[in-house]
Amino acid sequence: MILRFLSLAMLLFVTLPAHATLNIEIIGAGEHQIPISIVPFAGEGKLAQSISAVIVNDLKRSGLFRPVDPAGRAPHEPQEVKFSEWAGVDALAIGSVVQGADGRVDVKFRLFDTLKQIELTGQAVSAKSDQIRAIAHHIADLIYEKFTGDAGVFSTRIAYINREGKANRLVVADSDGYGEQTVLSLNDSIMSPAWSPDGSHLAYVTFEQGHAVTYVQSLLMRQRMVLAAFPGSNSAPAWSPDGKQLAIVLTRDGSSQIYLIRPDGSGLKRITFSDAIDTEPSFSPDGQFLLFTSDRGGSAQVYRMSVDGGYAERLTFEGTNNFSPRYSPDGKGFVFMHSNGKQFLIATQDFETRQMQILTDVGWEKKPSFAPNGKLVLFATEAQGRGILATVSSDGRVKQKMFPQRGDIREPTWGPFLK
Amino acid sequence: MKKLIISVLLVNLLAACASEKPKEVAPEPTAATSSAAPAAEASSANAAAAVAGDALNDAGNALLSKRSAYFPFDVDAVQAADKPMVQAHGEYLGKNAARKVTVEGNCDERGSSEYNLGLGNRRANNVKKMLVAGGAKAAQVGTVSFGEEKPKAVGHDEAAWSQNRRADLNYGK
Repeated sequence: MILRFLSLAMLLFVTLPAHATLNIEIIGAGEHQIPISIVPFAGEGKLAQSISAVIVNDLKRSGLFRPVDPAGRAPHEPQEVKFSEWAGVDALAIGSVVQGADGRVDVKFRLFDTLKQIELTGQAVSAKSDQIRAIAHHIADLIYEKFTGDAGVFSTRIAYINREGKANRLVVADSDGYGEQTVLSLNDSIMSPAWSPDGSHLAYVTFEQGHAVTYVQSLLMRQRMVLAAFPGSNSAPAWSPDGKQLAIVLTRDGSSQIYLIRPDGSGLKRITFSDAIDTEPSFSPDGQFLLFTSDRGGSAQVYRMSVDGGYAERLTFEGTNNFSPRYSPDGKGFVFMHSNGKQFLIATQDFETRQMQILTDVGWEKKPSFAPNGKLVLFATEAQGRGILATVSSDGRVKQKMFPQRGDIREPTWGPFLK
Repeated sequence: MKKLIISVLLVNLLAACASEKPKEVAPEPTAATSSAAPAAEASSANAAAAVAGDALNDAGNALLSKRSAYFPFDVDAVQAADKPMVQAHGEYLGKNAARKVTVEGNCDERGSSEYNLGLGNRRANNVKKMLVAGGAKAAQVGTVSFGEEKPKAVGHDEAAWSQNRRADLNYGK
């Protein structure tokens, strides 16, 4: 399973140079940070990219680890590890890289629990030399999972719009901002990118036909097709968890209403019947419910209904308006954009307690989406007069800003685990 | 010492993966039937604009020379101040059956981009209703929403926002 996971990620980025596209700034830390030493891998000095540096940065960004400098200690094989030398760190990772004559690299990696004095896991991966970052993210995911119990998201990807004047690019990048890949370039607006559940396709909205039209594009084949181009706006695509249908918003019958449609554009079925704006659908992880934004009660609020339509229950009552709901991966709550009349903030709400927790404080935050492990929320905000990406841990403790090299970033969305 | 998992060479995986690639489906026929067709409207409007004595081109016409209706925040109803202008355009369209117009609904950047796309649609639809009530035939009036995507003014303040909460009557120039 792990090997398949690696193979897909690498296939997508096989020809890309690994250059930084985002500058990252981290604020805050988790309550309990795990001290960990990542020993520079034997032989990695000959590579264009240090493996251990990528692992260190990944773990640091999570807010849950505190990387400790190995200070000259340099074991590379298990027999060289002396646990007595590692007082003060809970975890130790070592490894080695061998470059083959065919341009491939063989990476070996081992992880130790220095308190229990045991080896936790080890792996060997063979890959092309331009896939070093993907291997490092994979190793960081293994470490994260072993020590937190949650799946790591360092190998996952994000999508967003980069806008410079009239030029809009739909971009896919690694979750750390590297490996940026332009999926679509237009001199017109692009909105609402949405990942298919297997990460192979993006649905999105453009105005290139003069009105909002929704497309579905394959990231593997680069082909795209029109999903919906009815009269009026065709927007807000959201995939069902099984990938067999999308919820979409059309104005062809008057105001914005939610419909279901298959990925090939067939089987259109209207599921909301209001005079209001019903938009921004988000499927529950079990595929049975939709959250959406509606102003049917007089102001924009978050509602929940069955995918079969019918009664919709209002869920948000705080502030003046609430928009852009997205289910948490465990289905127990949702993240959304909360407005108090002056600011737009990212907040979460639990279905059972109905308690709202505000996670941000700047006041110009939009379009939240959960990392697939539910531990981080990605959103768009502003800093230094520019549109930037940001993340916040779902407990609100760790915040990260990611500055693009050029232009403004908007409409971010975090991709799924690649299975 | 625990086991060291040795992986299969990636090249094999790539081959396996390529054979499992998702099937592409042909675009459905309705796909290309875009409703807005702004290019066609533009050319017919140009033809009409060439007619001498067209009231639309009279800069001295206080109502027809205006082409924009403005809205308060999160409101889609045409405001009293803009009603005479919209009604005058409705009468004009009623008298000039060859003319076509597209009403473009716009919003300020507050709220979500998708909600604003819906709000711009309602603003455009309400202007269209008033044009039709004033004498235009429904077929003469197209609508489109740009939501918050095409702001006229840039800035996070009311001065910019008030310019962007707008419906424009676009005769194709």
